[in-house]
Amino acid sequence: MQTIYILWLRQIKRYSRSRSRMIGALGQPLLFLVALGFGFGPIFEKAGGGNYIQFLAPGIIAMSILFTAIFSGMEIIWDRQFGFLKETLVAPVPRLHIMIGRTLGSASVAFLQGFVVFLISMLVGFRPEQWGLFPIALLVMFLIALIFTALGTAIASVMEDFHGFQLIINFLVMPLFFLSGSLFPLQGLPTAIDIIAKLDPLTYGIDALRGTLVGAAHFGLTLDLGILVVLVALLMIVGSWLFSRIEV
Amino acid sequence: MPDHTAQTSPIIDVQDLTRKFGDFTAVDHITFSVGAGEIFAFLGPNGAGKTTTIKMLTTLLHPTAGRIRINGYDPQHQQDAVRKSFGIVFQDPSTDDELTAWENLELHGVLYGVDKALRRQRMEQLLDIVELSDRRDDQVKHFSGGMKRRLEIARGLLHHPKILFLDEPTIGLDPQTRNHLWSYVAELNVQEGITVFLTTHYMEEADKMAKRIAVIDHGKIVALGSSAELKAQTNTQTLEEAFLALTGKGIREEEAGAIDNMRLHARAWRGKRR
Ligand SMILES: Nc1ncnc2c1ncn2[C@@H]1O[C@H](COP(=O)(O)OP(=O)(O)OP(=O)(O)O)[C@@H](O)[C@H]1O
Ligand SMILES: [Mg+2]
Repeated sequence: MQTIYILWLRQIKRYSRSRSRMIGALGQPLLFLVALGFGFGPIFEKAGGGNYIQFLAPGIIAMSILFTAIFSGMEIIWDRQFGFLKETLVAPVPRLHIMIGRTLGSASVAFLQGFVVFLISMLVGFRPEQWGLFPIALLVMFLIALIFTALGTAIASVMEDFHGFQLIINFLVMPLFFLSGSLFPLQGLPTAIDIIAKLDPLTYGIDALRGTLVGAAHFGLTLDLGILVVLVALLMIVGSWLFSRIEV
Repeated sequence: MPDHTAQTSPIIDVQDLTRKFGDFTAVDHITFSVGAGEIFAFLGPNGAGKTTTIKMLTTLLHPTAGRIRINGYDPQHQQDAVRKSFGIVFQDPSTDDELTAWENLELHGVLYGVDKALRRQRMEQLLDIVELSDRRDDQVKHFSGGMKRRLEIARGLLHHPKILFLDEPTIGLDPQTRNHLWSYVAELNVQEGITVFLTTHYMEEADKMAKRIAVIDHGKIVALGSSAELKAQTNTQTLEEAFLALTGKGIREEEAGAIDNMRLHARAWRGKRR
């Protein structure tokens, strides 16, 4: 328990000390909200989609959680390069606890980042339509954070260095984001895109966020939550298995 | 025939230990043991396989072949029991730069289950010994190389394990700190019976501290015995001469290139992120 707590605390401290990183990570969502929100808004409305900011904001909140979570999870590569990983790997505590502590810490950071983006989206004009479900929206945000932190951990556990980093960004993170229904509705998609979107974990996270914040879940909240919880469990298991096998 | 076995019952027992990286054999069928309470040194040129051996003894690397017992346990299959038995000061940096000196020690103490009162008391004491008390609340990234090294050592001594691995602990330290460190280690060895396994490139440190010394070269143990035995065996006057007689005078290429490059990449990347 203490192990989990102290490693959680470490992630939080590292995050709170790199203010520029915090602010830097807010630039992109803000740009997306403003450029896409106001740029595509009129067309979206004309096509009968309703207010685009209302539609877009949950997608952008999820995006910021996705990016922060994957990169925080992948911080293991830094820790490997700078040596700190060794210090935790020889400690007489189960690696599972180390992995859980780190993951909870990074997920908390990603969650916070998502929450700040939520506040920013309010500034741009986003308004949640059902405050009663807001606690569930927060839970969904945390589940998304956990899923992708665990995914980042799993990837980083098998990566020795940064050579594969660009690959991960271009062939995993970006597709996860763009093909998730974050920017466009899931109705009436071409079959190929529809299948890909349904395989993308982020799709269900965003759908659940829309369900709780603006009351428009495509798959239904229960199904979304069920899938998210199963994914958290699955990725935590895979992540901790790979983490337990790290050699330095 | 050199004496490969410890006098007292062995707390570290290694037989035919081998580690390959691809085709390259970094550690090549080494056999030795270290008695409980003994101070044992590994001497060897760059790239001889010292760190690789320590990594296998401390559960960080899996052996390719051979048998290891640490405090009676097998590092490959009884990792937790092995990890509870030792403490280590790594050759490479392993502190968290973003945390303060105090926080680094605190984290270590918690990971090793040192209870709070004792932990705090030792943290203060050790920071005094390595003369970092006035910098304890500074982030480690603002420390000089020697200060970082001193912090690593303080951290390695925070919990009192059965076995202490010191992989070139004094690298980059001034003579004052080196002296402090070794007298503290000698004290721990006598008072608490802690077994010490050290590597160093300073012959006088090995000479002064270690009861027995293994000279390792190209992954093989080429001689093992007390300093006096090694000198007698090679007909030399000093340990340094004995060492050179055993390992030759050629300079070893170190294949650190790849790792250094990676670190450079990492730094450039970090810089951009900030
Ligand atoms: N992960 C690795 N992959 C490939 N080769 C490695 C790896 N780790 C070590 N080696 C090689 O194994 C050999 C032994 O390295 P090791 O670090 O054990 O040497 P050492 O005796 O500790 O040297 P030094 O005195 O320079 O610290 C070296 O040739 C090194 O290049
Ligand atoms: Mg070494």
